[in-house]
Amino acid sequence: MAELNTDDSSKGGKHQKKRAKKSSTKVDMTPMVDLAFLLLTFFVLTATFGKPKTMQLNMPVKAKNEDQKQKVSDNAITMLLTDNIDSIYYYNGIYDPAKTVIRITNYSKEGVRKLLLESNKDVVTKVHELEEQYKKGAIADSTLKKLKEKVQSDVNTLAVIVKTEDKTKYKNIVDLVDELNICDVAKFSIGDISTQEQNHLTKLKL
Amino acid sequence: MPKIKVPRSNPSLDMTPMVDLAFLLVTFFMLTASFRTEEAIVVDAPKSVSDEMLPDNAMMVTMDTAGRAFYTIDGEEIKKNTLMQMGEKYSVTFSEDEIKEFQLMKDFGHPFSELKTYLNATKNERTKMDKNAPGIPMDSLNNELGDWITFGKISAYGESQTKGTDFSNFRYSIKADARTDFRVMRKLFNAFEKSNIHTFDLVTNLEQE
Repeated sequence: MAELNTDDSSKGGKHQKKRAKKSSTKVDMTPMVDLAFLLLTFFVLTATFGKPKTMQLNMPVKAKNEDQKQKVSDNAITMLLTDNIDSIYYYNGIYDPAKTVIRITNYSKEGVRKLLLESNKDVVTKVHELEEQYKKGAIADSTLKKLKEKVQSDVNTLAVIVKTEDKTKYKNIVDLVDELNICDVAKFSIGDISTQEQNHLTKLKL
Repeated sequence: MPKIKVPRSNPSLDMTPMVDLAFLLVTFFMLTASFRTEEAIVVDAPKSVSDEMLPDNAMMVTMDTAGRAFYTIDGEEIKKNTLMQMGEKYSVTFSEDEIKEFQLMKDFGHPFSELKTYLNATKNERTKMDKNAPGIPMDSLNNELGDWITFGKISAYGESQTKGTDFSNFRYSIKADARTDFRVMRKLFNAFEKSNIHTFDLVTNLEQE
């Protein structure tokens, strides 16, 4: 324990004075230490480190007239999310009942991420180059952000249309948007699965 | 034979460094502790790799798997104004105490007609009411949630004007359970859409890769 050395016997003088009995200056610290550890245990156990995070999502503004509606380009990928929580159905370009082939993939790294990275190769490499430059200190933080946005929103970059149905789980959408963010796909919109597509899917499942 | 003298050592040992360390840790954990604010409902948010922090200045709608909506908005003045405007629309007046109670409250999931009862309830009664909360109605016929959102936005805008802060810092968060059907989410997005809100912060938990 912490103690103050009050012993001065080494100084023994000739005249031994009569002294008042000195009470010990030692304080019993045990209760305080007990309390300290109790508090420590409490705070350690209640500490929550991971605070919730957020992900930004932009929903499309409903077009007021036909002119405002954006055309689906040929190189767009449409992803259909159904009540099947493990799979993503997708096709390229504009839907054509006779020609369109709906393929299936999943949420793993080998699945949708590979597909998106390959389809969005140009942007991914450009963004990667920018990040390299940023690491070297050649460009500033804000410049990086601006340049990234410019690259991602270029006219010819990949657009992804995410279509959902009533029973699609919220988790799947968040997962997919996550993948899109990882693969630098900035152009994506969320809409509903059309009846045609729905029929196509039912046939596919059989 | 003489006895072998065993040197007696003092059995008490110096605890000072340990106590110092203990107090250091106590101080650290005390200062970093952020107590979980009491919420009417606990949902299991989906995971994401996004590491953006949850904004402080926001309106938040919580959604559980059953599609019950809970609403809250930050800022005492904003809360008061929102409640007054809702009261005006549904012709309900609130006393000073009720307004104060509303300002202190976290999220709630009751129709406007039951709000007065909820405000006057004790803490225990409220916990019980939260458990059986029907959620704020958001059908096309009775879109109370839409009204809360609209009036919340108006109040937040008014507040930013008087204080001279940037209104674009006011955010709209959605905290939904990972297993919620998108049918429900679409209704929620539509409720926001009516107030011309298209950008959301989806509350997620950090995913370790």
